[in-house]
Amino acid sequence: MTHAIIRSLKSAAAAMVLAGAICGAPALAQDLKIAMSAEPSSVDPHYHNLTPNNQLAKHVFESLTEHDELQRIKPALAESWKVIDDLTWEFKLRANVRFHDGSPFTADDVIFSFNRVPNVPKSPAPKTSYTRGKTIEKIDDLTIRIRTPAPEALMLKHLAQIDIMSAKAAASVTTEDINAGKGAVGTGPYKFVEFVPGDRYVVARNDAYWGEKEPWAKVSYRFIKSDPTRVAAVLAGDVDVIETVPTADAQRLAKEPKLALASALSNRVIYLHLDRLRAESPFIKGKDGATIKNPLNDLKVRQALSKAINRPAIVDRIMEGEAVPASQLVPDSYAGTSKNLKPVAYDVDGAKRLLAEAGLPNGFQLTIHGPNGRYTNDTKLIEAVAQMFTRIGVDTKVETLPPSVFFSRASSGGPDKTPEFSMILAGWSAGTGEPGDSLKALLGSFDPKAGSGSANRGRYSNAEVDKLLAQGLSTVDDDKRADLLARATEIAINDVGIIPIHYQKNTWAAKKGLKVIPRTDEYTFAMSVRTQ
Amino acid sequence: MSGAAAAQRESGEFGRFAARFMEDRVALIGLAMLVVIVLAALLAPWIAPQNPYDLARVDIMDSRQPPGAKAGEGFVMWLGSDGVGRDLWSGILYGLRISLAVGVLSGVLAATIGMALGLLAAYAGGRTETLIMRVVDLQLSMPSVLLALILVALLGKGVDKIIVALVAVQWAYYARTVRGSALVERRKEYVEAALSLGLSHARTVFRHILPNCLAPVIVIATVQTAHAISLEATLSFLGVGLPQTEPSLGVLISNGFQYMLSGKYWISFFPGVALLLTIVAINLVGDRLRDVLNPRLER
Amino acid sequence: MLAFIIRRLAQAVVVVLAMVSIVFFGAYVVGDPVWMMAPGDATQEQIEEIRRTFGFDQPAHVQFLRFLADIARGEFGRSYVHGSSAIGLILERMPATLELAFAALVFAILFGIPLGLYAGLKPDHWFSRAVMAGSILGFSLPTFWVGLMLIMLFSVMLGWLPATGRGPTVNVLGVETSLLSLEGWRHLMLPAINLGLLKLSLVIRLTRSGAREASLQDYVKFARAKGLSQGRIIGVHILKNILIPIVTVLGLEFGSLVAFSVVTETIFAWPGMGKLLLESIQRLDRPLIVAYVMVVVLLFVTINLIVDILYSALDPRVRITGAES
Repeated sequence: MTHAIIRSLKSAAAAMVLAGAICGAPALAQDLKIAMSAEPSSVDPHYHNLTPNNQLAKHVFESLTEHDELQRIKPALAESWKVIDDLTWEFKLRANVRFHDGSPFTADDVIFSFNRVPNVPKSPAPKTSYTRGKTIEKIDDLTIRIRTPAPEALMLKHLAQIDIMSAKAAASVTTEDINAGKGAVGTGPYKFVEFVPGDRYVVARNDAYWGEKEPWAKVSYRFIKSDPTRVAAVLAGDVDVIETVPTADAQRLAKEPKLALASALSNRVIYLHLDRLRAESPFIKGKDGATIKNPLNDLKVRQALSKAINRPAIVDRIMEGEAVPASQLVPDSYAGTSKNLKPVAYDVDGAKRLLAEAGLPNGFQLTIHGPNGRYTNDTKLIEAVAQMFTRIGVDTKVETLPPSVFFSRASSGGPDKTPEFSMILAGWSAGTGEPGDSLKALLGSFDPKAGSGSANRGRYSNAEVDKLLAQGLSTVDDDKRADLLARATEIAINDVGIIPIHYQKNTWAAKKGLKVIPRTDEYTFAMSVRTQ
Repeated sequence: MSGAAAAQRESGEFGRFAARFMEDRVALIGLAMLVVIVLAALLAPWIAPQNPYDLARVDIMDSRQPPGAKAGEGFVMWLGSDGVGRDLWSGILYGLRISLAVGVLSGVLAATIGMALGLLAAYAGGRTETLIMRVVDLQLSMPSVLLALILVALLGKGVDKIIVALVAVQWAYYARTVRGSALVERRKEYVEAALSLGLSHARTVFRHILPNCLAPVIVIATVQTAHAISLEATLSFLGVGLPQTEPSLGVLISNGFQYMLSGKYWISFFPGVALLLTIVAINLVGDRLRDVLNPRLER
Repeated sequence: MLAFIIRRLAQAVVVVLAMVSIVFFGAYVVGDPVWMMAPGDATQEQIEEIRRTFGFDQPAHVQFLRFLADIARGEFGRSYVHGSSAIGLILERMPATLELAFAALVFAILFGIPLGLYAGLKPDHWFSRAVMAGSILGFSLPTFWVGLMLIMLFSVMLGWLPATGRGPTVNVLGVETSLLSLEGWRHLMLPAINLGLLKLSLVIRLTRSGAREASLQDYVKFARAKGLSQGRIIGVHILKNILIPIVTVLGLEFGSLVAFSVVTETIFAWPGMGKLLLESIQRLDRPLIVAYVMVVVLLFVTINLIVDILYSALDPRVRITGAES
């Protein structure tokens, strides 16, 4: 191999002038280059439920319903739908839609895709939770019915997660085939061109697209994980658009005349989970180092800790403005959230008073655990929170772990597979744009069989919250559901089952002359980039 | 420490050695730098305006301040502050402690283990020697950065773990060197004489063979300490070394990486300069030691 | 000769097995890859399902035996994350890394030999002293910090060179290379300098000591006495004689360049196998880490072997035997 390089080096000198002329030429105006902050693992849309995968798949594939930039549902391959009864939905499919290989889109492709999702071999994170329990029936070529065993309030949200592949083209292809381009055939606004793992993902405009045609003839995605290098790439003009502008650079880039920034409040909340499982918590000690009974079981202590956090200071000093103080699990612009909840105000004296009332006037010792490098500025956030707790007398230590270690221990590192830590910092993104899923995972009582409390690493449990939640999740009517979920949220947050800190903002930077329509779901689409 | 070793046998030897060392002005500067750096690290709790690990003292309101800004507590942050409000000057002083401690500790441990195995190999010979030297060869055929990276990635973060990894990548150098010198010494007449006089083997090794192997070990030790400090910083920069909450120089530099482009150069620049000066100082001293002690060394 | 090669290969197999076992059990102890694979909102049930799919629910030794059995069948494992062959992924990235390491080596030689020659032939000139002082600085500089400073200076402040990534690649005889375009060279420049600085000091020092020794040899004195031009003496007599050790050492050092490219690739987002290794470590993608170790160890063994054989060919005084060196 070295030999080949030596050889190519020799020819390089001769080829330099010529090749330099070709490759050095400015890109065509119709081409778009985007730098992503994370790398997809595959082109197969059913293989790995991972943000970069889903994001790139949406260029090539479409689903029955889609999220708009504010994560509201809009029709896509399904033109319309109706609820026949609580357990049955009927969908009219869009007519005259063709796959990239020219074959027409029909109900068979939908059924094929639904059957493929649970059968992708060795999927590291299958999308089965979106297909489970749903039986599909073909009425005619352009009509299907989906039945569920129980009322499914989130039907339309789930359908947006299932990309439709061509039954003909993808019939017997493996994930590896798809990565190589075989069977990567969808109905989307772009056609798949190539995927070089670790380097780039290229798509080209689908001129036969059923919807509005895209302005970009070719879109190449590059993967640049390192924050400063990604910023440098857009500043140097190597790429046209970057996602996830680092908090450290947002303010400066905003002043940069070459660039235009766009940002949206995301659906990701950063929060603290508190140990509610144990009577004595392993990482909490008295000031003298003695074992004490778990103070986090006292509402006053929980309220004191929440009041001790200076959220505006965190947003300003750590997040550099790229966040908003949080009051609950999902920003209150979403349906199903409570308008009555406000971010808890910073109040050191009030916090100290509450601690004294709880019988702990001198505070206690605590260790907060968190991941290192999973969320924006996570380590610094924990250090900031620890500073603030220390100021009300709760001497706080910080321990950050690599995410793979942290989540494993935080979920089941303790005795009998219980959560190991006393307090953790983590983040949660409401993928469906619905607080229902977030509530169920973070604050629902831990019950693996019911799929409730899957991320409830504090083991908070409140029968009333559980009841309202169960009602809400089986209520198909949007307004009624929103009301039930809002009430559940209020109870759990006022009970300080969780301490919300902030919602992250997502920021994009684009070359002057381009406009990025910001999305709340952290996705970066070529479809969201327009010329001004 | 170098003096003690050499002076053990002949007191005049150290004087000659010191005089030769002093002949080189650059080495003297290096030595002076090293002394200042070590003193600064040792005295950090008294000369640093802030204990950067005490969260009651660090305030996020002081974060990202440029050099010369005033901290909330009133002292001036001459080198600015980092992303959580740590005074960088204090952070560097405390970081130096960690970096130096990691470098020296791992060096001492590696030297002890390496020397023991090297002596054993030279003295025992036969299968033991073959086995030890085979492992040494294997070890040296893997680049240290890669081995350390994989080890630390597997062991997890922490001072103890990184020391284990650094010992693992260093001991073989000592073992190889000591075995080489020991083989030469062993064949010399005085060892034969000692043995035939009925001195115990242990006594022969420790009183006669070992002291004669020390010169090359000292040279290796300086080079390796500098190397270990640099390696620790590299691993910490890659995010697999030391935890961020009690930063070494490498962690400080790594934390500053994200601020590079936004013009807040000081967060990774100053710790980098401190790291560089430390390594250069050690290497300057090591370079001179090599010339003075003049063993035939391969690098 | 053949015995020598076989012995070396057997050694390589032992190293690979030892490393692979350490990595395998280490990665088993350190964390649970499931949490890096599953989406954030995965239920306990889904997590268990993933565990079963990949066999993580089995005890470590069972997993290890399965893994060895797979290797025996020629199946080296698939990346948990990418789903494709781990060895394949590494080999795909290898040209980029080799390109970088090679460019770094060329940089080190191009600057190191002239500087070293000068320092060796005129040891008392101020410039020689400066070069030697600089060479200490050179191997003291922490690679990652120099990388940052290079980006800051040349990309951010001066805006001369791109800070990240690899230029457009062209497929030459099955190998993707970015050396054929100006853009490719512009991208390669900073990472290559960053990586090459490591070896620059080494080349300078080797050349200097070689040149000093050679210039005292009889044949050089004789050549001088004969009135040969200084250029010819240096070019033919000195260089020829010091090149062998330099080539040998650099051949061996190529391996360490490949290893250190982990750092450079991470800073400059160079899409090589070092960057892939670091990402795999973060994601606990065990098959990829194992595959990397296997590939790199074999690469080193091959390089060492070639260097040894070349050395014996170049220098008839060295004869390779099966014995220990």
